[in-house]
Amino acid sequence: MKNIDAKGHVTGRSIYVDDIQPIQGTLFGVVFGSPHAHGEIESVNYAKALELPGVIRILTHEDIPGENQIGGILPDEELFASKEVHFQGQPIALIVAESDHIAFEARKLIEVKIKEKEVIVDPRKAKEKGQLIIPPRTFEMGNTNKAWDECEYIFEGTAHTNGQEHLYIETQGAYAQPMENGNIRISSSTQGPTAVQRATARVLGVGMHKIEVDVVRLGGGFGGKEDQATPWAVMAALGCKVLNKPIKVILHRMDDMKMTGKRHPYTSDYKIGLSKDLKIVAYEATFYQNAGAAADLSPAVMERTLFHATNSYFIPNVKATAYSCKTNLPPNTAFRGFGGPQGMFVIEAAIAHSAKEIGVSSHEIQKVNLLDDGDEFPYGQIAEGVVLQKIWKELDAKKTIEETRKKIAAFNASHKDVKKGMSLMPVSFGISFTKTSMNQARALVHIYSDGSVGISTGAVEMGQGVNTKMLQVAADIFGLDPKRVKLESTNTTRVSNTSPSAASATADLNGKALQIACNELMSRLTSLASRLFEVDKRDIIFKEGIFSNSKNSQSLEWDKMIDTAFLERISLTENGHYATPVINFDKDKEKGHPFAYHVYGLALTEVTVDCIRGTYDIDTVKIVHDFGNSMNESVDLGQIEGGLVQGIGWMTSEEIDYDENGKLRSSSLSTYKIPDIYAIPREIDIKALDTEGSDLAILKSKAVGEPPLMYGIGTYFAIEDAVKAFNPDYIPTFDAPFTHEKVLMGLYNLWPSSTNVQTSSKGESSIPSEIQ
Amino acid sequence: MTEFILNNALVLSDKPTGSLLLDLIRYDKCLTGTKIGCREGDCGACTVLIGTLTDGEMNYEQITSCLTPLGNVHGKHVVTIEGLNLSVDDNDKLNPVQKFMVEESGTQCGFCTVGFVVSLSGFCLAHKDATYEDAIASIDGNICRCTGYKSIVRAAQHITDALKGKDTAQTVNWLVKEQFIPEYFTSIPERLENITSTSGSSGKIVGGGTDLYVQKPDELVVRDVNSISNHPELKHIDIEDGTCTVGAGSTVSDLYQSPVFKAIFPRLDEHIKLISSSPIRNISTIAGNFVNASPIGDLTAFFLALNSEITFKKGKKIYLKDFYKGYKDLDMADDDMITAITFKTPGENAKFNFEKVSKRIHLDIASVNTAICVEVENDTIKEIHLSAGGVGPTPLYLRETCAYLKGKELNNETVNAANTIMQNEISPISDVRGSADYKRLLLRQLYYAHFIKLYPTKISLEVLV
Repeated sequence: MKNIDAKGHVTGRSIYVDDIQPIQGTLFGVVFGSPHAHGEIESVNYAKALELPGVIRILTHEDIPGENQIGGILPDEELFASKEVHFQGQPIALIVAESDHIAFEARKLIEVKIKEKEVIVDPRKAKEKGQLIIPPRTFEMGNTNKAWDECEYIFEGTAHTNGQEHLYIETQGAYAQPMENGNIRISSSTQGPTAVQRATARVLGVGMHKIEVDVVRLGGGFGGKEDQATPWAVMAALGCKVLNKPIKVILHRMDDMKMTGKRHPYTSDYKIGLSKDLKIVAYEATFYQNAGAAADLSPAVMERTLFHATNSYFIPNVKATAYSCKTNLPPNTAFRGFGGPQGMFVIEAAIAHSAKEIGVSSHEIQKVNLLDDGDEFPYGQIAEGVVLQKIWKELDAKKTIEETRKKIAAFNASHKDVKKGMSLMPVSFGISFTKTSMNQARALVHIYSDGSVGISTGAVEMGQGVNTKMLQVAADIFGLDPKRVKLESTNTTRVSNTSPSAASATADLNGKALQIACNELMSRLTSLASRLFEVDKRDIIFKEGIFSNSKNSQSLEWDKMIDTAFLERISLTENGHYATPVINFDKDKEKGHPFAYHVYGLALTEVTVDCIRGTYDIDTVKIVHDFGNSMNESVDLGQIEGGLVQGIGWMTSEEIDYDENGKLRSSSLSTYKIPDIYAIPREIDIKALDTEGSDLAILKSKAVGEPPLMYGIGTYFAIEDAVKAFNPDYIPTFDAPFTHEKVLMGLYNLWPSSTNVQTSSKGESSIPSEIQ
Repeated sequence: MTEFILNNALVLSDKPTGSLLLDLIRYDKCLTGTKIGCREGDCGACTVLIGTLTDGEMNYEQITSCLTPLGNVHGKHVVTIEGLNLSVDDNDKLNPVQKFMVEESGTQCGFCTVGFVVSLSGFCLAHKDATYEDAIASIDGNICRCTGYKSIVRAAQHITDALKGKDTAQTVNWLVKEQFIPEYFTSIPERLENITSTSGSSGKIVGGGTDLYVQKPDELVVRDVNSISNHPELKHIDIEDGTCTVGAGSTVSDLYQSPVFKAIFPRLDEHIKLISSSPIRNISTIAGNFVNASPIGDLTAFFLALNSEITFKKGKKIYLKDFYKGYKDLDMADDDMITAITFKTPGENAKFNFEKVSKRIHLDIASVNTAICVEVENDTIKEIHLSAGGVGPTPLYLRETCAYLKGKELNNETVNAANTIMQNEISPISDVRGSADYKRLLLRQLYYAHFIKLYPTKISLEVLV
């Protein structure tokens, strides 16, 4: 089945928040953010802004009736800064005006005085100064201290990954309207409707029941709207409460980029020890996560880095420590992979480092250390259903790896100005929210008296096709034409206390809840049928929309059965509740079984580097992926292709650039470059491995949202391979993204360059001797 | 008063001519299919088609409505996603572009999708045989964050196939017959001819607006502007007595499609492909690029290497290389405007090349760009003009480097030695587009690339570095 939203999308009829036709009298909000990254607010003068015709009101922390607090995990984030600011762009006020143009003009007239304090943008510096969001955590297995003695080779180094802007094409936004009796209805572009509801109630000082949050769909989320859709919705609701008017707050792209957090940059130290036969005996890693100015989801992201510190390898002795470092950047947040990719990059760097020193290819080390059934993860979970060896064999069926290596060597021998490189990137990604309590969901199913069906779940549709999968689940159980099933918007009055659509687990959790509700309704209808047909319940057959039985010739089609059930006063509504079994995690011991299952895969990447210009093309990415038993191949394939390209973007052209004052210089689409149609691999070849799937996956169709992003990491190492072919003296820095700049500097030994770009005045640079 | 046809309806608007087409479409006309992604022409979510009636024939081009002042669509046909398929009920029929996008799962969150559908429809409307390369080129200004583009590429292939047999002499009629577009398209030429009013020509001169509306939209949207597109006399490309004259209002796409330019620059396709994207090239003007005075203006670098001269409305004529006095400081009166660019067509032995590297190869602003026009006779450099962008406060004409090279024998040593001079002639700074050291290295490499590409048997990278 094709994505059920596709038709609306291609005709332009799908509705996003900003497409909701404004009610007359709607006012528009524009956020005034701090011009400095750290300091005390001495004064803010709104007088001139308020004088501008069309400006209705400027809302600040003083207008908040409840708590000035929106922090989810930790209460450390104000909605509007009251005394201090901690990052550039931190909201101080909301200008409410008759049009957004007026509000933008008014914003230019606000005068703010801030007594500046020291700005920290480097996580290691923050750690030195004791600026941590939460105490550090360590995952440990075996004994690394003892294990170093057993190692033939030991290597140490550092690795860095920069952040990543989500760049959902639809910016953050919300539209709040006043209802009766002080109730407020918010249309929000959020992955977490309940998070918005909870924060709004807290800030307004009302019960959650007064706030209704409705989400039709998102124009992309990728984690960026899990926690960070909240402030704008709360601000709109606050305006609503204060002014009793509908308020729309849609962020301008540059505001969105400056004010919202991104994927966490990490800088990490590693130490790896290998035996003579290339087995990884011990691995230590210390991660410094750049959390930004408030907790947001950083503690959970940090945790997932630890969970994925050893990626797809079994290592008997592991010690991984992570620090969540508080800096003066916007609070960094969830982004597809959620800390996992950052952890995996470091072990891949450690392996690449080892391979270079030992004089073998990275894949020789990767292959002999692949995880297998029964192996223990550093957090205590025993690996099950591991198909990595099978996947490796499948990808290498025609000796592909060796053949590619030979082909590349031959090419490089005969080309002087262009070089090719390759890499392998295995992925093991755990599925479940690592906070066990979040692994629950509900679904509400109405069968209307005419036999048509309405479904509400806690799942938010953001392009990942979850609504299509939900519809498939219900239509399949009810034997209905999908046209007779409607997926309702995600709404907190219909499905409450939801977990955000995140962690790749949305389809599993909500789909299972939906299955429970649908099965319960079917059970009721089957009971009715057994009464009507006067046979035992076990003899009822439901096939192609018809209830019949194996004992007599009586039968009833779906619509008639529903009509009968209604007249018989049988409830045609059901609420399904699902909580993932098995999973648990003990944070004191840092051991447990946090994941319902893992998703596995392997990518082979080939690139060509233009050694004159430092540019590159990605030739091929061959992937073998463990879909389980895919319930929707076109949706799942789209997730793999899209995730891969997003991961490639993170590793290549997407460069977040904050200066030392915490100012974002890459604050627009002209300075922050995600892949365009010419930047993608010429060939992406995805092979589905036939696997059993997991009973904990919806219809045994494994989660597919996040894992493919990490295939993109392979591009970094393939480029590095090509750079080394041109410049044998190249010293790896494991500093992603591998921009054109870093490639060129690496090709000509100007490495390490001034990667931390300084603001220098015109023409003061001297000419490095290498260039003369 | 601005008068134009929006989809199937005549629009008379008294909004300021400097206000944005996008806002009129979305907020005044409530056509919310057109999306806002970035408001700076870099995502394509707001793409619409602009149809211009020329010699009785409609020519449609995709443009970014977020950078298009209303004044620029006067007397034209504006097509949004809603105008590409008029059926309204739930079971409506999709046109082939829409159908293939659905079938190949070319849409996920859907927010960028409308832009892709509009751009691909623009590709269908071109009066030439459909090629896969052109299909992809038509969506080079559309950014998608979900799909990874592969599904869209597959859809583009099907669309190309479905256009086999297109009657390019009767494009609109053929597309109507094949249900790519609604029937009302055939009535547009006649309806446009009935628009006899003219748009005002007071206010700030705006070419395509692709720089101005990124830099100061708030200022412009509330007032009338003087649109270059209302000066058809500024849109021409001629060649006479070995001198090429380009009207200041010519767009980058005009250059791209010009037979004159194609004849002069055999690698024109390669060069132009590196400059912004199709929807931007369709509106951005050459004079606009010069006057914007960005140190990394691609066309400025291009024309500097042709040793071009610019002619002003008030009659003055100067070399482009003398136009820039300092950062955004021009040798030009505030109330003057450029009317034409002229250059001597390069001689038979002359070779031209343009190089550019940015963070992303396409649809990006250069870290460094450079162009060269060089004439070599009997191994001696007879004439040379070399430009460089991104390495100083203005687009640079590398006078000293050129002076050094002129008259020298073309070999690796000469090229190498001139680099040292070039390095002293530039003054790059570190910014978001790269560190100063990188820009120095990159310019050296691109300068080498000129010679390696143009004289592969004489110059080699190996010897140079």
